[in-house]
Amino acid sequence: MQVKKILLVGNPNVGKSVIFSRLTGVSVIASNYPGTTVEFCRGCVGSGENKIDVVDVPGTYGLDPTSPAEKVAVEMLDKAIDEKNSIAINVVDATNLERNLNLTLQLLKKNIPVIIVLNLWDEAKHIGISIEVEKLQKILGVPVIPTVAITGEGVKTMVDRLQEAKKGKYLYENAERWHEIGNIVERVQVIRHKHHTLTERLSDLTVHPWTGIPIAIGVMYVVFTIIRFIGEGLIGYIFEPLFEKLWLPIMMAFSRVLGSQGIIHNILIGQLIDGEIDFGQSFGLLTTGLFVPIAAVLPYIVAFYLVLSFLEDSGYLPRLAVLLDKLMHSVGLHGMAIVPMMLGLGCNVPGALGTRVLESKRERFIAATLMAIAIPCMAQIAMIFGLIGKYGARGLFPVFGTLFVVWFVFGILMNLVIKGESPEIFTEIPPYRFPYFGALLKKLWMRIKWFLKEAIPFVLLGVLVVNLLHSLGIIEFFGKIAAPIITKLMGLPLEAVGALIIGFLRKDLAVGMLAPLGLSLKQLIIASVVLTMYFPCVATFAILLKELGIIDMIKAAVIMIVSAFLVGSILNLLL
Amino acid sequence: MTTIDLSQMKAGQTGKIMSFDGGRGLVKRLESMGIRCGVQITKVSGQIMRGPIIVRVGNTQVAIGFGMARKILVGID
Repeated sequence: MQVKKILLVGNPNVGKSVIFSRLTGVSVIASNYPGTTVEFCRGCVGSGENKIDVVDVPGTYGLDPTSPAEKVAVEMLDKAIDEKNSIAINVVDATNLERNLNLTLQLLKKNIPVIIVLNLWDEAKHIGISIEVEKLQKILGVPVIPTVAITGEGVKTMVDRLQEAKKGKYLYENAERWHEIGNIVERVQVIRHKHHTLTERLSDLTVHPWTGIPIAIGVMYVVFTIIRFIGEGLIGYIFEPLFEKLWLPIMMAFSRVLGSQGIIHNILIGQLIDGEIDFGQSFGLLTTGLFVPIAAVLPYIVAFYLVLSFLEDSGYLPRLAVLLDKLMHSVGLHGMAIVPMMLGLGCNVPGALGTRVLESKRERFIAATLMAIAIPCMAQIAMIFGLIGKYGARGLFPVFGTLFVVWFVFGILMNLVIKGESPEIFTEIPPYRFPYFGALLKKLWMRIKWFLKEAIPFVLLGVLVVNLLHSLGIIEFFGKIAAPIITKLMGLPLEAVGALIIGFLRKDLAVGMLAPLGLSLKQLIIASVVLTMYFPCVATFAILLKELGIIDMIKAAVIMIVSAFLVGSILNLLL
Repeated sequence: MTTIDLSQMKAGQTGKIMSFDGGRGLVKRLESMGIRCGVQITKVSGQIMRGPIIVRVGNTQVAIGFGMARKILVGID
């Protein structure tokens, strides 16, 4: 048979995405918690006649079409069966054979050739589990291949044996499935006595409330210290010197060539400040337009994703979810909502996609709205650090403290107003794993590449728009219209309206636009909070529109705009 | 042997799952994670103020909401 399509089917968090990357060379995000793959991924191997489509199906514990969580996988499987020449690679967690075989036996009843991969083979051996592969192969009647996807062990054998995929012949009554599984496991698996390992002890400590909560506070403190340390270090020692020592002389020379003024000069270089280029304030494409994404924001993006990847791959996030479950319930969510919130701190776009780990439409609406209102992305945070950081906690605490209060209060309100209840947490807690360094770096690089591709064009476009709006007098025009709200209620100067307009394109650039306005600390705090809250950036908006639908998006947008001006006004009165 | 629900177990205690006090949907969801009648279950931890409970079944650890945990009846020696 000429295989045309491969479906990767398996329980959540067994390494399907890693196998997918190995097979196709397409990089996808893999982590150590269930539900990383929220959108199925496609890729292919080979070319021309031999081209095979590979589909990474989101993880599922079973194939019951009546369960909403399992429906997606069932539909994708049925579609592949109709298309002919499709096979399924069933990725099985060798450390959890019994639970995984539940899906396997259901899959074997489908009309599709199957090949089984026993992944995490090294970990199984390590904790004293041995499985007789030959015997399992004979019982199930399909090829079984042990693999360690993260290092690539066994993957080649798997590829070589794709042709041997067979339809299941294992017959059983559905009601007897667990009984059958018990029989199979008894015949093929031997578990040697194992000691309580160090990681297991660590695991227990991090989920017991009396030890877990202090540890969680410690972890969060360390996380933010490391992010600031790396971010500031990269800016102070590498990126700023690079711009000041290398790029500045080139730009100054270019500025003189252009005659130090004129339309082209203003667009490319920007305004000279006391005859000099100021990367923070000149607002030219080649000055501020490059400085903001590369020198001010990128270092923090690198720092944040390095730390986040470590948290993701170690398996700490689901444990944090358990500890924060109670808090999340007060805003109508459950603990796993920590995942979209953390992703949103990096960038609201993956954060919005990450709301899919939540079960109900109500939860997804609350999570997406809360994230868009109160969670600034790392690009924006980096700029806020740059602007307010010099005031220390006196400046930063009011900004982030207010945002946390907003998150909490609006969450409680939405939980009260929106009908329905929040489902309870029900999730697998994977074992701690020491992140595999190569995979971690690869993931970091993917995210940085994604940031550069998304951010630089939008920042440049934003700078261009700022210049156009200024020279056409549009910012002044809107400033006058919005004056009552902007100046009277929130105490900001008229020019701040420009930042609100640009904030729709890029929030980091919008914060940057505050720099030349000479604002007081109070005004900086109000402007930073309002810029975070009032509306998502265009990239996030597009994703939210897709995820929530137009009606819910309008509702969310009204909540955001009203609450932003409300909170801005309150801060103006209080501070 | 006495039967109690999962929320009443102490951290570290092990028992045998006797029955579920819930509908077919709940039973299916629990079963898919390996939590089913007759298997050994160990309570790893319970959060304060009726927070989620973590259990170990076989080699899997699962976090279960408090309400759901009360529907899982466990026999203790």
